[in-house]
Amino acid sequence: MSGRAQASGSRRLGWLWLPLLLCFSFLYVPIVALVVMSFNSGKSALNFSGLSLRWYPELFRDGDLGEALLNSLLVAVGCTLVSTVLGTMLAVGLVRHTRSTALDSLVMAPAILPDLMMAIGLLSFFAAVGVSLGLATVALAHAAFGTAFVVAVVRARLVQLDRSLEEASQDLGAGWFTTFTRITLPSIAPAVAAGSLLAFTLSIDEFVIAFFTNGPTSPTLPIEIYSRVRFGVTPEINALATILLAVSAIAVVVVAVAVGRTEDGDD
Amino acid sequence: MSHPVAPAPAPAARTRDRHRLLEKVVLLGPGLLFTAVFVAVPVLLVLSYTVFDRGRFGGVVYEFGLDNFTRAFEPTYRKVLVSSIWIAGLTTLIALVLGYPVAYAIAKLPDRWRNVCLVLVVVPFWTNFLIRTYAWIMLLNTQGIVNDALVGVGVVDEPLTLLYTRGAVVTGLVYAYLPLMILPIYASVARLDVELREASANLGATRFATFVRVTLPLSLPGVVTGCIFVFVPSLGNFVVPELLGGGKSVMVGNLIRDQFLKARDWPFGATLALCMVVFLIALFAIQSLVSRRYAVEGDR
Amino acid sequence: MTEPLVSIKGVGASYGSVRALDDVYLDIGDQEFFALLGPSGCGKTTLLRSLAGFETPTEGSVLLAGEDLLAIPAHQRPVNMMFQSYALFPHQTVAGNVGYGPARAGESKQEIARKVAEVLAIVGLTGLERRRPSQLSGGQRQRVALARAIVNRPRLLLLDEPLSALDRNVRSQMQLELKRLQHEVGIAFVMVTHDQEEALSMSDRVAVMDGGRIQQVAAPEELYARPANRFVAEFIGQSNVFEGVAAAGGLSAGGRLLPGSGSGRYLVVRPEQVRLTPAGVVSGTVLETQFAGGMSTIVVAPEEVATASGQPVLVRQPGPTGVERGAAVSLTWDAETAVLVP
Repeated sequence: MSGRAQASGSRRLGWLWLPLLLCFSFLYVPIVALVVMSFNSGKSALNFSGLSLRWYPELFRDGDLGEALLNSLLVAVGCTLVSTVLGTMLAVGLVRHTRSTALDSLVMAPAILPDLMMAIGLLSFFAAVGVSLGLATVALAHAAFGTAFVVAVVRARLVQLDRSLEEASQDLGAGWFTTFTRITLPSIAPAVAAGSLLAFTLSIDEFVIAFFTNGPTSPTLPIEIYSRVRFGVTPEINALATILLAVSAIAVVVVAVAVGRTEDGDD
Repeated sequence: MSHPVAPAPAPAARTRDRHRLLEKVVLLGPGLLFTAVFVAVPVLLVLSYTVFDRGRFGGVVYEFGLDNFTRAFEPTYRKVLVSSIWIAGLTTLIALVLGYPVAYAIAKLPDRWRNVCLVLVVVPFWTNFLIRTYAWIMLLNTQGIVNDALVGVGVVDEPLTLLYTRGAVVTGLVYAYLPLMILPIYASVARLDVELREASANLGATRFATFVRVTLPLSLPGVVTGCIFVFVPSLGNFVVPELLGGGKSVMVGNLIRDQFLKARDWPFGATLALCMVVFLIALFAIQSLVSRRYAVEGDR
Repeated sequence: MTEPLVSIKGVGASYGSVRALDDVYLDIGDQEFFALLGPSGCGKTTLLRSLAGFETPTEGSVLLAGEDLLAIPAHQRPVNMMFQSYALFPHQTVAGNVGYGPARAGESKQEIARKVAEVLAIVGLTGLERRRPSQLSGGQRQRVALARAIVNRPRLLLLDEPLSALDRNVRSQMQLELKRLQHEVGIAFVMVTHDQEEALSMSDRVAVMDGGRIQQVAAPEELYARPANRFVAEFIGQSNVFEGVAAAGGLSAGGRLLPGSGSGRYLVVRPEQVRLTPAGVVSGTVLETQFAGGMSTIVVAPEEVATASGQPVLVRQPGPTGVERGAAVSLTWDAETAVLVP
């Protein structure tokens, strides 16, 4: 589509500029407000009293938040490990060895069910089995739906993969396990990486399932934020939001540059 | 060229099949086991609770009874269920009305701007959901920016009570899930062959007619996907109604959460969840019907 | 042919209700360049993949040098394949690709390097060991695929539409290359193709297939001159086919006796065998004439008899056409050059 002659952007859009502008204002006004209030010198999150950086060091001194962040990281790492391994194996198995839509639906179910449903289900399950709630249960819960996302990502790449690569490997003397490790895995490596990144990101940010399956003593970051937001806030939360935003933005830029560079270098 | 007896089937096919079976089991086994234990069992467990009763100190008493269902349709609860569907529906509608033109606009932009806009649409999504919702608490407060602007411009004399209303909940939900409406519609519109629109124009249709008769129907699968992506999480949401709705506009998500974590009536909570899920399944059925009817041949 | 290298007996394969292969009997010799030829869906690829081990026939047996080939799993068969898409491992270099087989067989690093160098020299790619497939041209990639398949010195080399991905000018060059290669390494080649020109020009023998069955197995000249049935006649080269009743000296059709030898319902006569004559067996009107590269093609609408397919009669002769469009002509041919087929 990009091969066609392009008129200048504004002329092509006409009145569509309006909803576009409206949408971006809607999306970004709260964000800008968040960031601006993080530099508030007063304690209120509503009334701007002047510029100050005080909330940032305050943020770093906050032990509870730090602990919650650590908990979130632990959970995310555990979840990612399990999801990546199981998800990759499942993706290969589903694509290469079966056409069953029933199995498909079972594996992808967590991504489609409302998270509240998964949350109460897992809570009931852990209670029925008698496992005490804590970070481990959260990690397992997150892995349950993380796997579905890894499967989705890996499978998309696998389906595009030339089947004859694996056949060629067998033809040249490699058994199925050698073929899997030497040929299949390297070919899907980028998708596996993307899938695990996705699982990691989802886990770090996930609130509802963690809320139901966590014990009382080791909150994850979203849970900690939730408690604070409910009971009144200082601009410290704004500072946290600003930092999270900055980290995501940097990550995007890094990825964009990296992708751009591989596309130039290859070919 | 016919020949006498056809020889017997190859026996070594069995070793091959055994290898393939082993491979299949090793690859699928662990993952399926995990999914069965941590997805299927929990869901089935919760479903089973719907027909049981609450024990005296919480927990479940395994006596069969359909009381939960009768209770779920009592006026108080029925009102909440209906209200949730209403709110989720309104959210979806607003997201659609705002999101479709935006998706369409982005699809019309030249490549470079397209990617920039897509990233800009998605970036707010990366701030924590709770923080994003909290931002609206800030904005809609009587002392918040929105009221300041309204009073300042002179639209109203006194700050409005914007927070803790159904409107606030809808706003919060739309804000949370708007990108999920925009992206599928964009994908659908962007894939449409430009030549289809050109052919329509060539055959004498005005731009509006082309939109209504060509673009809109063909982008319908994306629209349906977007609506589902917004409706499902909205319906089951409890964070936004709680933070932005106060005690007043309680949605089914809040009810379920209360039953599980406060009132400890798990069977009843499970029943409410079942109602919600059944409704969603009905929606999904409609969705596959629609997408089948409007599927584009040779869809890439 | 003394003892055939490959002996295929009674092989059949079904997919649900579809019969991909039916009652296939075939022998392939030790250093033969053999082609499986036919339209898409005829079963040639299924047969090839059965030899490789990626499909399993439901009936029949395949012997390779006297041993039951079907009993051996794919990765242990002394058979190698050159895939239509080349299937080069994108994350490996040329050396890595070619050395993959020997590495799996557990050879030492020096031995692998030696074999790789040897085989790259044979295909003419010395010096490209460190390149990756994405950095090679189509022709180069094909040679790598070939090298990778030869390096293990298999008893049988299978080629799946080896030339279909190449540009036309490269293709004729590669045809010669493949023949040369086959002689040099002395391995039996079995090639699958839908291009009959390719099959005829490269192979020692060709098996023509249709609907999962073998229609005819013969050397190219025989396939051309003496097709076994109408399908083979029409698939190989161009032909004029008439339908009628066998009679002494030829085929009786449309009240005429068309000269031919053999027996059957159809008479096949190649365009080069038909000539214009003052008083021939079939008369007609010239529809089109074409003069290209020293040969003329004259398209004639016949009068008394119609061809079996309803197409006009094709006449090919050296030199200029000598007739104009719309002219009335008369055609004849010799009985020995036309064949009756069932």
